[in-house]
Amino acid sequence: MKLIIAIVRTEKLNDVLEALFRAEVRGLTITPARGHGGETEQVETYRGTTIKMELSQKVRLEIGVSDHFVEPTVEAIMSAARTGEVGDGKIFVLPVERVYRIRTGERDEAAVTPVA
Amino acid sequence: MSDGHIAWMLVATALVLLMTPALGFFYGGLVRSKNALNTLMMSFAALGFVGLGWALLGYSLAFTAGTPVIGDISHALLRGVGLEAQGEIPQILFMAFQGTFAIITAALISGAIVERMRFGAYLAFLTLWGLLIYAPVAHWVWGGGWLADLGALDFAGGTVVHINAGVAALAAALVVKQRRDYGRQAILPHHIPFTLLGAALLWLGWFGFNGGSALAANESASLAFVNTMLAPMATLVVWMALDVLRTGKSTAVGMATAIVVGLVAITPAAGFVAPLSAVILGGIAAVPSYYTLLWRARTRLDDSLDVFAAHGVGGMSGALLTGVLAQQSWNGVADGLLFGNPRQLLVQAIAVLAVMVYSGVGSFLILKLMGLVATLRVSPAVESVGLDVSEHGEEAYGSGEGAILVPSSDLVTAGSAVAPAPRSLRISGGDA
Repeated sequence: MKLIIAIVRTEKLNDVLEALFRAEVRGLTITPARGHGGETEQVETYRGTTIKMELSQKVRLEIGVSDHFVEPTVEAIMSAARTGEVGDGKIFVLPVERVYRIRTGERDEAAVTPVA
Repeated sequence: MSDGHIAWMLVATALVLLMTPALGFFYGGLVRSKNALNTLMMSFAALGFVGLGWALLGYSLAFTAGTPVIGDISHALLRGVGLEAQGEIPQILFMAFQGTFAIITAALISGAIVERMRFGAYLAFLTLWGLLIYAPVAHWVWGGGWLADLGALDFAGGTVVHINAGVAALAAALVVKQRRDYGRQAILPHHIPFTLLGAALLWLGWFGFNGGSALAANESASLAFVNTMLAPMATLVVWMALDVLRTGKSTAVGMATAIVVGLVAITPAAGFVAPLSAVILGGIAAVPSYYTLLWRARTRLDDSLDVFAAHGVGGMSGALLTGVLAQQSWNGVADGLLFGNPRQLLVQAIAVLAVMVYSGVGSFLILKLMGLVATLRVSPAVESVGLDVSEHGEEAYGSGEGAILVPSSDLVTAGSAVAPAPRSLRISGGDA
């Protein structure tokens, strides 16, 4: 099992979700995030104060998958979230020690396999 | 002229001016948060651009004798507009009162092109529209033009303001085209309480709009004032019933919309119909707007905030029902169809059609010609990031996290607003 963490552009979230559902990846968690990945800072002005926005709004997805689902999941996110500009985000794939499904107590592979 | 008349018209003018920022909040609540400021600014900007255009030229084009089609430039730059009487009030006050109408009418159109039109192009369109479309139509109906000669009844602007803006909005949505996300993703209102607050302030301002259109503090103003209270009440109740029948639930956005539709519909009729007729008119007017709104959302036509359904269709319902329900015993001017004067309905229909054709074709041409020399839309990248940050360099709901102060010395040496990027990421200490 792996945990896939992806950080993508907010405005690309819908495309990513669509691609994931098409790849039959179900079950995920998303959180709003702010981060910096080398993109040009947006300059903003409020009266006489000029600022640069170092952190931009992103979305963080967490997806627990069984091993053979890693490639399709990464593929789906990569193709849907890419614009070609700096700031498209990152995908991390992490090993997972154990997974439990709270409702049934199932663990590992069974816990990340969607209910039919 | 008397103190009473002048006092009421001073207040009415201020009330109508308030309607434009109120409209900004009404619209601002309905868009996504990334476009909140841009949408609000579209209304606020009209205060400056259309208001000045009106004072410097528009007023003269609308309210001088000229020809039946358009006035002349004898009052341009406010020449000869002074404290002399224009009816019951000084002409300078009459000019200001009419100016607030021009401002809100132009601002109404913005609802059709939010979240995608370049701000500069919008400002140019707004200013031109106030002079080329609004001023002539105001002249036709109120400035002694050909529709006035024909006997068209428009108490406070059903044709001049609402059909005019509603049809222009339709033209603008067609030329500027739909938002990229339209029909692909759910686009939800980001702050419905703003929309309700906007509707409430619009209703308040509308007492000045309709009540003030008597241009005096008299019986006619009282009738218009009371009808402005009664008609939207009926629209609100009928609208909620339609909502409940369709989905089983009444909605807040629906209620805000109903109030506006009721106000729009009573506008041409306000000083011409009996109070009970106003209730009937308000109730009936809910139906065509409600179903236009449902139909529009299923098409590719992205009149984003339904200016046509609310103002175009609401204005038509009101203008035509004025021809049905007008009552000489209340208004001292003319009867409608129900009171033995079928010709009035025909005249109303001619006025509606004339304004639709002129505003539709004229607004379409202005935007098409502008499109030849300028870009009307923002780029797809700007559209997805939102117009607040890209067009204005501001966020409506910024948290200040990650904001780094650019020292003013950097700005001077760099000669622009962009200072060299720092090597490392620093978080500013205080709240930005």
